[in-house]
Amino acid sequence: MPRRVTRTPATVALPAGVDGPDLDRVGAITDDLDPTGNLIAVLQRLQQEFGYLPEPVIDELARLSGVPASRIYGVITFYAQFSTTPSGRHRVCVCHGTACHVAGAARITEALEQELHVEDGGTTRDMEFTLDSVACMGACSQAPVMRVDDDTYGNLTADQTRTIVRELVAELGLEVRRPGGAPEPTAEGGERS
Amino acid sequence: MSAPTPKDGVRVEVAGGANGRRRISVCAGTACVFAGSLKIRDAFVAEVAAAGLGDQVEVRISGCHGLCSQGPLAVVSGDDTYYPRLKLRDVKRVVEEHLVGGAPVEKLLYVDPATGERVRCAHDIPFYRQQRRIALRDVGVIDPESLDEYLARGGYEAARKALTTMTPEAIIDEVLASGLRGRGGAGFPTGMKWKFARQSPGDVKYVICNGDEGDPGAFMDASIMDGDPHAVLEGMLIASYAIGAREGYIYVRAEYPLAVRRLRLAIAEAEGRGLLGDDLFGSGWSFHLKIKEGAGAFVCGEETALIASIEGRRGMPRTRPPFPAVRGLWGKPTNINNVETYANVPWIIANGSAAYAAVGSETCKGTKAFSLAGKIVNGGLAEVPMGSTLRHVIFDVGGGVKDGKAFKAVQLGGPSGGCVPAALLDTPVDYESLAATGAIVGSGGMVVADESTCMVDLARYFLEFTQRESCGKCVPCRLGTKRMLEILERITAGEGEDGDIERLEKLATTIKKTSLCGLGQTAPNPVLTTIRYFRDEYVAHIDEHRCPACACDALIAFSIDPDLCTGCTLCAKKCPVGAITGDKKQAHRIDQSLCVRCDSCRAACRFDAVKVVSGPEQIAAALRAEAGD
Repeated sequence: MPRRVTRTPATVALPAGVDGPDLDRVGAITDDLDPTGNLIAVLQRLQQEFGYLPEPVIDELARLSGVPASRIYGVITFYAQFSTTPSGRHRVCVCHGTACHVAGAARITEALEQELHVEDGGTTRDMEFTLDSVACMGACSQAPVMRVDDDTYGNLTADQTRTIVRELVAELGLEVRRPGGAPEPTAEGGERS
Repeated sequence: MSAPTPKDGVRVEVAGGANGRRRISVCAGTACVFAGSLKIRDAFVAEVAAAGLGDQVEVRISGCHGLCSQGPLAVVSGDDTYYPRLKLRDVKRVVEEHLVGGAPVEKLLYVDPATGERVRCAHDIPFYRQQRRIALRDVGVIDPESLDEYLARGGYEAARKALTTMTPEAIIDEVLASGLRGRGGAGFPTGMKWKFARQSPGDVKYVICNGDEGDPGAFMDASIMDGDPHAVLEGMLIASYAIGAREGYIYVRAEYPLAVRRLRLAIAEAEGRGLLGDDLFGSGWSFHLKIKEGAGAFVCGEETALIASIEGRRGMPRTRPPFPAVRGLWGKPTNINNVETYANVPWIIANGSAAYAAVGSETCKGTKAFSLAGKIVNGGLAEVPMGSTLRHVIFDVGGGVKDGKAFKAVQLGGPSGGCVPAALLDTPVDYESLAATGAIVGSGGMVVADESTCMVDLARYFLEFTQRESCGKCVPCRLGTKRMLEILERITAGEGEDGDIERLEKLATTIKKTSLCGLGQTAPNPVLTTIRYFRDEYVAHIDEHRCPACACDALIAFSIDPDLCTGCTLCAKKCPVGAITGDKKQAHRIDQSLCVRCDSCRAACRFDAVKVVSGPEQIAAALRAEAGD
């Protein structure tokens, strides 16, 4: 299966909370769009709503639409955009298109992996950052490029990338990243792995 | 309004503002946005207001203007002045000196690297002057969010002509006579495709626009969709009438949110003005258009996979025939064309097939848009007549290789394409000539590689991509590309074995012959062409454990030349792993056991003292030199 290279463009704050997702919202979306012929569009809307596609949401969709959950999972796992695990609050996305590749995108990803202590495709344990690669953002003449949430950066070097992340971490008032990606555990925690 | 008809394909000229107002048009193509153009636009809005010019000057955005490497850029209408590489502080100057004072800001104008002279107008810049723009005729010229601007340039006149004065057969004949061939890469004659779909029996038919531009390094279709969305709509409308399809879909790649937004806006505006919907132009013809967003799967660019995806299923291709023209979306006859193909259609209907066929080469008519990227001076979007040579596109239009380095190869057609070496630069750009080199026109991505690009690594990169994107339905593609990738990973890691090249060739031949769809059938092309033209690089990796381009991490080492090092300590400060040691004003050294080969030290060094070498002997020599032996 294609490795997950992209996720939903919108990074949504952890939606589920401790009580689990609000399943009434699933019904509101399926009322709007017929899932039998629009399964992908329905899943896109659900992912936008919940930030990712949690199991209870998929079960509810199957129940409401009559589309077997196995078929829904088939579609979810086929497309890179869909995720069954929550993303971090901030999405750091490095372009690995051809132009970015020859301009050293691998070194940008490496620098981010080291700074954020997370592997490409993963989310830091404190759920702050998800690091991702995409195949091409179409900004080839600014290569290598990355996007942090809605901010875009071009003509990067590994060194600049580190600076950008450090400034962002400081701006967000987060503690300096440690191995494992988590600050010292606090009372709240709130993360799941 | 200057240049009111789409006939004017050559000059790239920004439309004037409404009510005779002057216009500042800020490029909002993807690359310019990455370079900060939206902040520049905001600054213009603020400065224009501050200067009290609100009623004389309007600030608008445009689609991709083309010369992305000069972004963020803006064009002032009236005297058509081109301002590249704008910084925020430049905005005030442009407003005060140019708009208030009346004289273009000389210091901010484009400098022609060949002559060193400043050039004021975009169409005097060699990059633009050498192009012939048909598909991109209005991209970068009009505000893509305004239907009025498209109409002012003659928009929807071709559709009116087609629907009110031509029979469907006459339209198909016209498209056939123009010689237009599919711009998605395969080059199948568009008129033929339309004819098959027209002749297929059935009341319900569909037209689909393939906007799933998945090739990394290609952004022409994105630029058309977000720079001139109505051109795509109009082309589809004409096709719908010619084929007899009352419904259409535009399938857009998930990674192009801007294109989706602009297309949605364009459809809503066209519906509002009676340019889409029922009884169009009083002809009785109806056409309804919807957008389907992809969800991130490269294989959905293949037409049968794309149809499966629109139907809400896993995007897996099926065997053809039956072709979509016979059995397509929901089992009905369906015509699928690429974005650029549709964008050409209104021009052909408006100007006639003869005008289109007069451009291009013997077998390939018209023009082709290319995205120029990689190690090229003028990175961006260019459209040239079919049959232009690669040399013309890369050196005359593209300005040659960046930083004065030597040209090594150009990669065409992305993961399905191949690498063409310097010796073949005089190959004409058309479907047949490029196929003979082992590459393809493809969707139109051109990525230039210089001496620092490793061709084995580039082949590995593309195979990693196709392997990841293989849908898994057929064995040769699913397993074959995996085995090929494993061999390439070994070679770039310095663990290549005798016979690896032959194994790659054998696998490649089998995969090409036996894969179900275009993805698998073309996946080995990057490997085969690099073996064909750069076999010595493979041999160097395998036999000598050396990467001639010094790009493969496992085969290189960084060292510091003590004769050049001034002991400025900058590299040590930049090293993320503390591998560099040395006292101030003393030559520094790199601890090889700590070095992660991130290149930060070499990028930081102002004395060119950090060297990268490859090959066991070369590395040993460099380390001896560093140690002062």
